Amino acid sequence: MQTTISLEIQRYRPEQESEPVYQSYEVPLRKDWVILDALNYIKDNLDGSLSYRWSCRMGVCGSCGMMANGTPVLTCATFLETYAPGPIRVEPLINFPVIRDLIIDMSEFITKLKQMKPWIVREEEQPLSDGEYLQTPDQLTEYKQYSMCINCMLCYAACPIVGLEPGFLGPAAIALAQRYNFDNRDQGKKQRTEILKEDNGIYECTFVGECSIVCPKSVDPAGAIQRYKVAAAAEWWKSLLLPWGNR
Amino acid sequence: MTINTQYTKFRPQRYQTRVPIFWWVHKWAHLRFITRELTSVFVAIYAFVLLFQLWALNQGAETYALFLAWLRTPISIGLHMVALLFVIFHSITWFNLAPKALVLRLGTKRVPDAVLIVLNYLAWGVLSVVIAWIMLKA
Amino acid sequence: MKTRKSIDPFWWSLFGTGGVIAALCLPALLFLNGVAIPLGWIEAPSYEHVLTLVKNSLTRLFLFVVISLSLFHWAHRFRFTLYDGLQLKHLNQLIAVLCYGTAMIGTIASLYTLWGL
Ligand code: FES
Repeated sequence: MQTTISLEIQRYRPEQESEPVYQSYEVPLRKDWVILDALNYIKDNLDGSLSYRWSCRMGVCGSCGMMANGTPVLTCATFLETYAPGPIRVEPLINFPVIRDLIIDMSEFITKLKQMKPWIVREEEQPLSDGEYLQTPDQLTEYKQYSMCINCMLCYAACPIVGLEPGFLGPAAIALAQRYNFDNRDQGKKQRTEILKEDNGIYECTFVGECSIVCPKSVDPAGAIQRYKVAAAAEWWKSLLLPWGNR
Repeated sequence: MTINTQYTKFRPQRYQTRVPIFWWVHKWAHLRFITRELTSVFVAIYAFVLLFQLWALNQGAETYALFLAWLRTPISIGLHMVALLFVIFHSITWFNLAPKALVLRLGTKRVPDAVLIVLNYLAWGVLSVVIAWIMLKA
Repeated sequence: MKTRKSIDPFWWSLFGTGGVIAALCLPALLFLNGVAIPLGWIEAPSYEHVLTLVKNSLTRLFLFVVISLSLFHWAHRFRFTLYDGLQLKHLNQLIAVLCYGTAMIGTIASLYTLWGL
């Protein structure tokens, strides 16, 4: 009966090394332990210098994303047992600059998200006296799936295009744009499409489809992007054939 | 992703990897992706073969017979068989992924992906039979 | 923001429709013309039969659409395969001209061949 499993963890301490190195740790292999539990065990008992992000340990905050044996996962939702007999190679999410050990720099991602205007855009706000914006359950289902995103960035690590094209706005940002485009209270679709149909937008995507596979919340960013391509192409033809239409 | 200098000015060095040129050989899913994209090469080659056949037809019965004779050479048959495999792979991947891009509605309900995929395959079958029938019988 | 308007939606719609047409029609055409008939599984239709068939304007239109859109489908897909698979994005303009140019030449050639009959 195997009682321990080894973790090969990528370490990067910029004050000490210019290239990451791997360090092995032996941790108890418990049935109810996820990779994050093993990292916490290491930090508490073996090596307090290990750096990584986590918070909710229940797949909600989206901060514990890492590469486990080359696949992006939420470490709080991935059991050690699935990798037995090991070893498990734990690395920071790829396609991002590494700050330290398992911590990546997400500032570029946040900039991209912001560009999508991820809030309800109105041409004109309805006066307060008119009451709230109404929404039927059917209208809610239109976008609900895309609103489940927790910004864990696993899709950015899974997407080869993000690695190849640093400017590409990326799966989560485009799915988030769709979340608001499909919201009946929103009127910002045109502004978002203006950005997304240009370079670095939806047409950069070649539908590898890996983003939707790794997504822990079944957001299906790949589907969101393909639907966007169809819509933007239709818009393009419309504005070509009906130049006088309401733009 | 590039480093935002605004934040890194007073901080230690970030470590950044580069994507290797042949990144797509390491993972089965990526290899499949590249293969899917390369089916387009065979699509284009066959479009040109078809064009060539029409050109031969245009030149008269003799040239057309020569063309048909070339089609019967083992090299041609081999190439066509390879191309056929790729083109069929294109059809399969295309039909399976199409529901991701196209959302169809009946009333307020979204038509399930599986139904769309089945409809795609049905259309493929029917059209193939129609093409064969027109080419050989009509 | 950029001032240059991207024409990608246009190329992408040709890629998309071409993909559908190629997926639906090419396997049958390729199997019959390139495999089944040459191998003698099916008797080849006579020259006259094929000629009258192609002289029909609906057949012409069909063949034109199949050839041209298949080529544009390839052009767009292959362009991005070169970017992704071989990281040739720095040759962006050259690749775009070569890909779409080839598709355009094929389109003109098919127009010429089909309606020159
Ligand atoms: S710790 Fe919050 S998602 Fe894993």
